[in-house]
Amino acid sequence: MRRRMGFVFIIAFILMAAGLLAATCLGAKPLSMQVVWDSIFNYDGGLDAMLVRDSRLPRALCAAVVGGLLSMAGAVMQGITRNPIAEPSIMGVTQGATLAVAVASVNMSVYGLLGNTFAALIGAVASGFLVLLFSISSARNMSLSRLLMAGTAISTFFLSMASVVALLGNRSQDLAFWLSGGFRTATWKYVWMLLPVGSLCAAFAMMLSGKINIISLGDDTAVGLGVKPVQVRIQSVAVIIPMCAVCVAAAGNIAFVGLIIPHIIRKILGQDYRRLIPASFICGAALLVWADVAAKTINMPYETPIGLFSSLLGIPVFISLVRREKS
Amino acid sequence: MKKRMTAVMPVGIVMLLAICLFALLYGSYEMSLGQIFKTIFYGGTPSEHVAVWGIRLPRILVSIFIGVALSASGCTMQGVTRNPLAEPGIIGINAGATLAVVLYIANQSTMYYSALGAGTLIFTPLISMLGAFAAAGLIYGLAYKKGDTGRNRLILVGVGINIAISSVVVLFQLSMNKGSYNQALTWTNGSLWGTGFLYLAMIAPVTVIIFAVLIYKSRTLDVLSLGDEIATGLGIAVEKERKKFLFLAVLLASAAVAVAGNIAFVGLIGPHIAQKLVGAVHRRKLPAAAVISACLVVLADTLARNLFSPVEIPLGILLSLIGVPYFIYLMIRER
Repeated sequence: MRRRMGFVFIIAFILMAAGLLAATCLGAKPLSMQVVWDSIFNYDGGLDAMLVRDSRLPRALCAAVVGGLLSMAGAVMQGITRNPIAEPSIMGVTQGATLAVAVASVNMSVYGLLGNTFAALIGAVASGFLVLLFSISSARNMSLSRLLMAGTAISTFFLSMASVVALLGNRSQDLAFWLSGGFRTATWKYVWMLLPVGSLCAAFAMMLSGKINIISLGDDTAVGLGVKPVQVRIQSVAVIIPMCAVCVAAAGNIAFVGLIIPHIIRKILGQDYRRLIPASFICGAALLVWADVAAKTINMPYETPIGLFSSLLGIPVFISLVRREKS
Repeated sequence: MKKRMTAVMPVGIVMLLAICLFALLYGSYEMSLGQIFKTIFYGGTPSEHVAVWGIRLPRILVSIFIGVALSASGCTMQGVTRNPLAEPGIIGINAGATLAVVLYIANQSTMYYSALGAGTLIFTPLISMLGAFAAAGLIYGLAYKKGDTGRNRLILVGVGINIAISSVVVLFQLSMNKGSYNQALTWTNGSLWGTGFLYLAMIAPVTVIIFAVLIYKSRTLDVLSLGDEIATGLGIAVEKERKKFLFLAVLLASAAVAVAGNIAFVGLIGPHIAQKLVGAVHRRKLPAAAVISACLVVLADTLARNLFSPVEIPLGILLSLIGVPYFIYLMIRER
């Protein structure tokens, strides 16, 4: 397993690096590698250099970090709910954050007070509590269908609220933009927000991974091994919430990333969350960087929403997971 | 329970009438009770006529039928899947219908509101039915394994398909202009904005016929909801009957979506309250659920129309705001 782990890491890292390079080179205006190199290391203030520095680079980095964080959050959620389909967008956490972003963008006084990120954080906290409630109250006999229905109901609720807010604020078409997600507006500001929050949460998630391993064996086993399941769940949700909040603030609602990546990695590396969580981060980063490249280039010069690619990849995984459940 | 039924039905119907009266009275154009009766029976001033005959009355009647159709659809789905949380809005049937209509709007020439021809009005429901059946077929096909669709698999696959279709709908909405977007919005969120008597003609016959068929076949539904083994033991071709009932349920849901757009949770709330009041026998549960849901939809539509007047909140959104807390309450309690 250890060798496989190294192998996965190297492959994913190469993929991610290649993706980052492609993301800076490709776009509505293709740039050569030479130009990219120059604009990073010999900045001359030309148009191409500005394009790379102010638009392409932050966008690529945002995509990488958001992809990593989302799949990491998915892996942690699957561990604490013991349910292979748990994922931030399916469980309604990103929708809660979306609602808060909608409120902030409609109401200028709220926006001035909090800004998008902080508002998203508040929304994610509220919906995270609901997830926590469900994962604690019925983790013993939580079937796939119950968790999924609960998540669907919660996300429907938040989306309905968001629609009302957008409608009353006369911003209803913007709602579609928040919901579809993407990196059109990525700037360095978002990168500087994502990196510290993300690395902090990732570090905490790594620290928790041993305990998540034990929780994923079942509550009774966990208690027998001296781990308090409720405590670990609260800590884990506390780690997930800021992750999801910064992701939604930066990129809107991107579904299924947290479902696909951990599922595939589990196949390769097994159930050990100490390996699963970091591997999820790096593979998720690679996936979303490439998805963003596709979003930029498939219908040039227009953007294809990135959620399309994540859903296209995610639905088959989802269906296969569901079909496996015993009736 | 039989005795209860004789108590529940009259009370329910009286309540429905009272709510309808309230819906007639409450609106941005103020009218007294006397004026309303005068307008209904003798005809009033032109503006009174528009308010009552043009807006409020058709909306109330269509709301009633939507409530009946969706609750019967939900009731049937819960019976055949034996999952108390099954509902056409949650498992993606409504979303399929919505997607079809949104696609249609996106590819149409730009004609809005008053410019809509009668052809569009008749064509749209057909398209929505097509979408509903396509979604239902897809869900059924993906859930089908080794000769049956399982107890949960159908719903789980449905929820996934629902998410997928909704994201596709959002994609199309992004590329629309403002006018088409607003038109599509009434579908994706479920609204009775601009409902006329033509809509009533579209939903009423289908609903009445299928409802009668369901009542007629309610014994089979009762047996199916006991479980596959018992039903087989009692001589029922389970998967075949399940398919038939699902077909009827989808037809009902698509009729409702065709006039009102994507409305969720009605198929859940009505049947649940009905089951508590009159028990699980479908011959009693179906009518009781229909009356309760009709009350709910008429009330919700009246509020949607007036709560933030002059802005109208889509009916579907208001119903999810009511429905979700109830749904979650059910899930937590049912454990």
